[in-house]
Amino acid sequence: MMLLTCPWCGPRDETEYHYGGQAHVAYPENPSDLSDEEWAEYLFFRDNPKGPFAERWSHSAGCRRWFNVVRDTATYEVLEVYTNADPRPVVGSPAGGSR
Amino acid sequence: MAELTMMRRSPLAALARDLMDNAVTGERNVRVSEWRFTTMVSLRVDPTSAAADALEGVLGTTLPRSSGEVTSHGQHSVLWLGPDEWLVVSQMSADALVPALQECVAGAHAAVVDVSANRTVLELRGASALAVLQKGCPLDLHPRAFGPGQAVSTTLARIPLVLWQVGPDSYRLLPRASFAEYVARWLLDASLEFASTFRDGGRSE
Ligand SMILES: [Zn+2]
Repeated sequence: MMLLTCPWCGPRDETEYHYGGQAHVAYPENPSDLSDEEWAEYLFFRDNPKGPFAERWSHSAGCRRWFNVVRDTATYEVLEVYTNADPRPVVGSPAGGSR
Repeated sequence: MAELTMMRRSPLAALARDLMDNAVTGERNVRVSEWRFTTMVSLRVDPTSAAADALEGVLGTTLPRSSGEVTSHGQHSVLWLGPDEWLVVSQMSADALVPALQECVAGAHAAVVDVSANRTVLELRGASALAVLQKGCPLDLHPRAFGPGQAVSTTLARIPLVLWQVGPDSYRLLPRASFAEYVARWLLDASLEFASTFRDGGRSE
């Protein structure tokens, strides 16, 4: 069982959250300019690293807000939690650290 | 509206008798009851806006600014649901309260909605109330982490609801109306063991 720290509600059980996939996938500036291949890339292709991964989570049973988490996909360690307004953290920087 | 008010049925009307009959008495007592037709109003507003100030003026209290916090004044309690979302629970009639609150946000980027029929209020009270909740709630309900005057959105038996502790042995649960019967029956089932006179050799809980 994983404990995630909501930026607004504090530590809550994993079961209160919903997973939202990879974070920082920007919507294309001009979708109509994209080829089918580029559009498919945007819609369906995601990174699948072994290690730190920035992903979106929603505190669906709590405050219902979306936020970002950097989680190690191999160890499940939560390395960073940050809101959409926060800059993307540099994982492994001394300012970050594990939680 | 008067004739409609007379026709309405609370979500747990059909269970009222079961709730009374299954109250657990004695040392490990616990009972469930329904607070019917409580006025509830959803507020969505930027807490730093003039509209928020006006809402606070009508409610006579501040909008709480952090998770778990509840503010109260007179007939109204305001529960924090999110950084720009609150639930007003009131003993005042919705007909009187909602227009006064709506007037505060006229023209503003904000919403005031009467959600009285969205949820019902269950009261769980008694020496075993905490032990009953701990069977199905992922939240840390130990007194060092959660206490009277706090309310949070969480789950009980996998049902999303607002859990509001009002006293050392007393909680209010606010599930959506369609989940209310399930929650009430789950609570009765979870309370059943405390009606037993069997003691486990004096081991403390
Ligand atoms: Zn939250």
